Amino acid sequence: MAMDPGEIEALIRDALPDAEVTITDLAGDGDHYAAHVISSAFTGKSRVQQHQLVYKALRGRMGEELHALALQTSAPA
Amino acid sequence: MTDTATRDRIDAEVKANEVVLFMKGTPVFPQCGFSAATVQILSYFGVKFSSVNVLEDADIRQGIKEYSDWPTIPQLYVKGEFVGGCDIVREMAESGELPQLFREKGVAFTEAA
Repeated sequence: MAMDPGEIEALIRDALPDAEVTITDLAGDGDHYAAHVISSAFTGKSRVQQHQLVYKALRGRMGEELHALALQTSAPA
Repeated sequence: MTDTATRDRIDAEVKANEVVLFMKGTPVFPQCGFSAATVQILSYFGVKFSSVNVLEDADIRQGIKEYSDWPTIPQLYVKGEFVGGCDIVREMAESGELPQLFREKGVAFTEAA
């Protein structure tokens, strides 16, 4: 049960084409990552809504294959 | 899909308590780093909160994710509203939005924090 960073990035980019995605492997076990996602899709959205967009992009893997994803989202400056 | 009984139980819990944290373990014995970090943030602000140990109730553990459309635990609710998981609560604490939310919702907390 694990994911590789490239897969996470590809899924996010698939849903948020303009996204700038930075993935950090927190534990080296394929289960604990941090991600910083910048996308215009977040503009005007609350943090909860922004994170929900990313979780939807991960198509149900969040909390399943992917145990932990420390998420930081922001709209382009 | 969550059965209505579970959904009603969650709804009652969320509405009955000013601040409620659905977490893994208990505030005294958290069993997940993210749950522990969220408990620490609430304690830092001296906020009284009730907690629900999702590890003791599989229906609640799954139901809460559908209730808020949020895939992970912990989940913090203030005055019946979903605030976020560990990341968001931590960001809000650092930015000052969390004490601001408490002020707006009339939740007692330690101002000096």
